[in-house]
Amino acid sequence: MAHDHHTARQRPSISWLNDARVRSWAAQALVLAVLIAAAGYAVYNIGQNLHKAGITTGFGFLGEPAGFDISQTLITYSSRSTYARALLVGILNTLLVSVLGILFSTLLGFALGVIRLSPNWLVSRMAAAYTEIIRNIPLLLQVLFWYLAILAPLPGPRQALHINNWIYLCNRGLQVPRPIGEPGFGATPLALGGAAILAIVLVRWNRSRQMRTGERFPAYWISLGLLVGLPLLTLVLTGFPLHWEIPSLQGFNFEGGVTLLPELIALWLALTLYAATFIGEYVRSGIMSVDPGQAEAAHALGHRPWMTYRLIIIPQAMRVVTPPLISQYLTLVKNSSLAVVIGYPELVHVFAGTALNQSGQAVEIISITMAVYLAISLVISLLMNWYNKKFALRGT
Amino acid sequence: MTAKWTPKPSLPPPALEKGIGGWIYKNLFSSPGNAVLTLLGAALLLWAVPPVVRWALLDANWIGQSRSACDPLSADAPTGACWVFIKVRLGLFVYGFYPDPERWRVNIIFVVGALALWPLLAPTLFKHSRVQVVYSIAAVAVVLILFGAKPAGAALGFFGLPFLLARISLKKRLPTEAGGIKGIAPGAGLALLGALAVYGGLRWLLGPAPSGAIATLAALLCLPLIFAKPLSVMLWRGIFLFTVYPLFVFFMLVGGVLGLPHVETHYWGGLFLTLVVAGSGMVTALPIGILLALGRRSEMPVIKTLCVSFIEFVRGVPLVSVLFMASVMFPLFLPEDVNVDKLLRALVGITFFYAAYMAEVIRGGLQAIPKGQYEAAQALGWSYWKMMGLIILPQTLRLVIPGLANNFLSLLKDTTLVAVIGLLDLLGIAKAAMADVEWLGFTKEAYVFAAAVFWTFCFGLSRYSVHLEKKYHVRYR
Repeated sequence: MAHDHHTARQRPSISWLNDARVRSWAAQALVLAVLIAAAGYAVYNIGQNLHKAGITTGFGFLGEPAGFDISQTLITYSSRSTYARALLVGILNTLLVSVLGILFSTLLGFALGVIRLSPNWLVSRMAAAYTEIIRNIPLLLQVLFWYLAILAPLPGPRQALHINNWIYLCNRGLQVPRPIGEPGFGATPLALGGAAILAIVLVRWNRSRQMRTGERFPAYWISLGLLVGLPLLTLVLTGFPLHWEIPSLQGFNFEGGVTLLPELIALWLALTLYAATFIGEYVRSGIMSVDPGQAEAAHALGHRPWMTYRLIIIPQAMRVVTPPLISQYLTLVKNSSLAVVIGYPELVHVFAGTALNQSGQAVEIISITMAVYLAISLVISLLMNWYNKKFALRGT
Repeated sequence: MTAKWTPKPSLPPPALEKGIGGWIYKNLFSSPGNAVLTLLGAALLLWAVPPVVRWALLDANWIGQSRSACDPLSADAPTGACWVFIKVRLGLFVYGFYPDPERWRVNIIFVVGALALWPLLAPTLFKHSRVQVVYSIAAVAVVLILFGAKPAGAALGFFGLPFLLARISLKKRLPTEAGGIKGIAPGAGLALLGALAVYGGLRWLLGPAPSGAIATLAALLCLPLIFAKPLSVMLWRGIFLFTVYPLFVFFMLVGGVLGLPHVETHYWGGLFLTLVVAGSGMVTALPIGILLALGRRSEMPVIKTLCVSFIEFVRGVPLVSVLFMASVMFPLFLPEDVNVDKLLRALVGITFFYAAYMAEVIRGGLQAIPKGQYEAAQALGWSYWKMMGLIILPQTLRLVIPGLANNFLSLLKDTTLVAVIGLLDLLGIAKAAMADVEWLGFTKEAYVFAAAVFWTFCFGLSRYSVHLEKKYHVRYR
């Protein structure tokens, strides 16, 4: 009895109209009902519209021949290949330009960030001016500028700009020599792989040794030497089983060599130059976030400036730089979809553009395209979470 | 007798420490590495800048009215840029294909918008009410001179009503005691009758669409009148800018009422389309973003799951694919006979896309608000919306100004993407203009011009956000 009385006092009876929990569940049920109704209506309409257009839904079309050509393919592909194959070609082209962009924008961005903090007035102002100019111009405009205003007016193959007749630049793109391996060349990649394994072992050994004894060993320089030297040595020992196929003008176009499409170059340039300004700002803010006392302490301990940077400042700055850096990479991958306006055959252009027009499977194709980007985003954010966990400050 | 000690005059500072020479030494040549850097930088500048300046300014062609002025075949043809192209096609760049005789409608929304925005952006200049009065009179005069009597009448309402509204507040007149409530009924009934009469008159004068819009608007404006304490002229101007002005823009641009001819959206283009897309995107994405952020922090599982999945989905896909979805897939969701305007579809796509990004920024701010702020509001017995609206969100928004400004900036830059689905914004118009057979080969000029316009807007916006950030920066002790 007493117990009952107690609970009654704790929970005064209120009208269920004013009960917060009832209200919250009612609101949620309402939202859910509205959403389900809207989705049902949309699905019903899709069914009706597709039925009228005579399009069968489903993913069966992926197995049918695509019937269109793609200007740049990293894997074998012809117009008789399937839609699924075209999708794969598109994904690979997206990844190609993304990786190129990420690589070069990181290099340029780090350089920009460091230069902006340099005590040299001239170069730091130049880096600032570059950042402010490029960052405030839409990326799409830059892509179009490089493609239509710079690369398109280049001379044709016959008057191509060239370096020593090895590398040609014309309105069909950049022609570079292609390395062709002869029998016996297989040993060189093997040597490179071996050198890589050796280098990893060396670096790990060095780290554990330094932890134990405090002695340092120039493991990075030796690793670099191994990575360059071992393959070179193998190349020399096997008697240079490698020759370069140099592009040459045959009729109206180039034969041999590797062609970098102007679309790829324009997109790559624009993505790199644009993303680098953001990366530069992240690097700058990261370095500035490290307490000046850290550098002073390192100087007081007698570290040289370069070692202070490498051992004290960069590791702490990276903790701040990495999360926005990774999301910038993510942005870059998504921005590569701007290629659709210049016709670089990446995912959106090949699949959401050409394939959609050919097959009319709008719902399936847009869904697949979005799913691919979502998957890429997911992988990159998983990597980021892993990194954050590994390098986050532990304890206090 | 002690000798008087007179200090020797101080030595001059070392030559390398003072004056221009010292500055140059310290900032440019302090070490061999620095000297090399300086020389490299100077070489790069000398290599890159003079050709650009020569092309864009010195050798450029500014004079003339036609293609022949820039003909490479004519004798004194300049080798630089041909700005005549931009000059001749300026109308196209600003208005797109908006019909010539109707372009004043675009101008008037530009002018009124700029006049209304200016006091809000620089409120310190307009502290005194006398300045405000003078400014409003001047604004109406500007509209009168530029556009004539009828628009000036509208401007008079737009700039004058805030003064009137700031003077009246119904709250003071509302009877607070229980007995007084009975007294409201006749008054409210009378007000309702009056409103109906006015609505009927408007409907008879203007037609159903604008009168409905005006009635809704009036109802919206009455809300702050009834519930809030008297608002300042400045606040009323803000409210007008976000309620009256968009409506004004809509009717002015679309037409079809008040004797203005109807202009379909596929004639819209150029800079004004860019501004319309960017402006409406910013104004609509922010409130939706706030709601999404609140939903994500909510304790209701269904709402939370929905908001989280929407935000994460949108942030994982590129805007291009969202626009493709809006242009290709969205019509399939609707019955065959319903046709949603392409511009509207693009706007919806951009709005929801950026709402997700803004939601994340705002969530960051919400997490930074100390728990005590929530608890204090709850201890006072405030409802959720009152707590959020009066305590939490004002502090949050102040905190996230830089993040929001970044989002606004990328939104402004990403309006160019509507070109992908065939809308002719400034960039799309630039592309269309260079395809003109009469003006082939002026690609660089068109893009450099478009880039300069975008740069001006973006740089201005980013500077303004820095200013705001400093202004609202609060240091907690």
